[in-house]
Amino acid sequence: MKYLLMIHMNPTVWETLSEEERNAVFRAHDDFQAALKESGELVGFAALADPSNTSTVRVRDGVASSTDGPYVEAKEFLAGFYTIDAETPERARELAALIPDARYTAIEVRPVMDESGLEM
Amino acid sequence: MTREPREEDLLRESAPQVLGALVRRYGHFDACEDAVQEALLAAAVQWPRDGVPASPRGWLITVASRRLIDRLRSDRARQERETAAAAQEPPGTLLAPGPGDEHPADRDDTLTLLFLCCHPALSAASQVALTLRAVGGLTTAQIASAFLVPEATMAQRISRAKQRVKSTGVPFRMPDENERPDRLRAVLQVLYLIFNEGYTATSGPALQRVELATEAIRLAREIHRLLPEDGEAAGLLALMLLTDARRRARTRPDGALVPLAEQDRALWDREAVEEGVAIISRTLPRAAIGPYQLQAAIAAVHDEAPRAEDTDWPQILALYRLLERVAPGPMVTLNHAVALAMVAGPKAGLDLLATLDSDTRMARHHRLDAVRAHLLEMAGDREGARSAYRTAARRTTSLPERRYLEGRAARLTPLHE
Repeated sequence: MKYLLMIHMNPTVWETLSEEERNAVFRAHDDFQAALKESGELVGFAALADPSNTSTVRVRDGVASSTDGPYVEAKEFLAGFYTIDAETPERARELAALIPDARYTAIEVRPVMDESGLEM
Repeated sequence: MTREPREEDLLRESAPQVLGALVRRYGHFDACEDAVQEALLAAAVQWPRDGVPASPRGWLITVASRRLIDRLRSDRARQERETAAAAQEPPGTLLAPGPGDEHPADRDDTLTLLFLCCHPALSAASQVALTLRAVGGLTTAQIASAFLVPEATMAQRISRAKQRVKSTGVPFRMPDENERPDRLRAVLQVLYLIFNEGYTATSGPALQRVELATEAIRLAREIHRLLPEDGEAAGLLALMLLTDARRRARTRPDGALVPLAEQDRALWDREAVEEGVAIISRTLPRAAIGPYQLQAAIAAVHDEAPRAEDTDWPQILALYRLLERVAPGPMVTLNHAVALAMVAGPKAGLDLLATLDSDTRMARHHRLDAVRAHLLEMAGDREGARSAYRTAARRTTSLPERRYLEGRAARLTPLHE
């Protein structure tokens, strides 16, 4: 089963970290990626730009319009994600706990919908 | 999956035999497996260009042996003894007999490889990947695309599985007589897993996964051929055939799921149904009963009904009662409840379903809500059914199932809403 591990970021929390602590987070991500590659569970990952770079698009009556800023304004925002292929939900949560940001904010573990379905 | 169909079949059928020949001669399962994979890839390039060699298997063994020896030679850290032995022995002495001659070791090799790839020390995902490559002869890229993961990820999974096989020190031979039943059960389970991975595929990028069901049937057929007396091996093959027979009717062209009761039975593959029914009919009276045989028997009763309303539900109910004794589990109870409802009315089915509410494996499972919704609908409780369908739709992680369940809920929504 594939899971999206969503890394939530809180800039207020992040700013309180020392440079050393921030560097430790980056290093821990490198380690985490290496471990996922090693275990054969990595599907993909990306870090996302700050929400100040975001634009939000809507189509109403066939007309598209774009505004600056995110769809939902919040203190926390999605800073990046890993997509993993884990054998159990427990394993997915175990991996999420290895993401360094889990120590400061939180990692959300969401199953990815499958294209397959059982006969009902 | 781009190779020519005939050559593809030839390569895939030869894969376990070539690998078996190499491992028996040289040991080093992991290195042999890589060498065979390289030989298969070389064949995929050369055969369409130069023609298929007179003895395809001999060709593959020769090429794979050369690759293996090159590798062993270049790797000085490896035991020199084996390298020397391998180099002294000209690959020609390994040549398998030509087509038509049954090599006595082939039978054991395919089975031995299956036992090795489905070794209990491996995780389910590793068993599946290794079986598909080492026994099925699929390339890493093919397996990766079927499981929708990057090729590097699948390569790593296979490499780890082989490392694990190596570190467990399992010898390349048939498991002992006393552990064979358990080990065979593990093999059948892996094949059923592969089958379901492909069978449940509906549309879009998942379509390639259909190949997995075909591959699982091919391997199950092979096991049944090698172990004709084993009731569960026969049962699994019959179950796959009888389930796969409904594939074309199971989904609409747009990918929407069609429930069994609403399927166009003219679309069912009659040939597969007949073969499945024949296998299960001759197996049931003489083999020790087991869950695959019972599930195949249930599938056969469904597949033999000309219309949904002709289904022999009392027969299916009796089979589920038996299955519940032989292999109890919440999924069996779930299906048992459906059969009971069809025979004794929705109330009886709902009562049986209620016993699952306290089962931690099932309490939040969408299938429980989906079946409850169906039975409530049968009982005329539209409001309760709608709410249960919606719960099921929220809980499933399958897109086509969610779409189906949302559709059922919508059908029960009063027009004024």
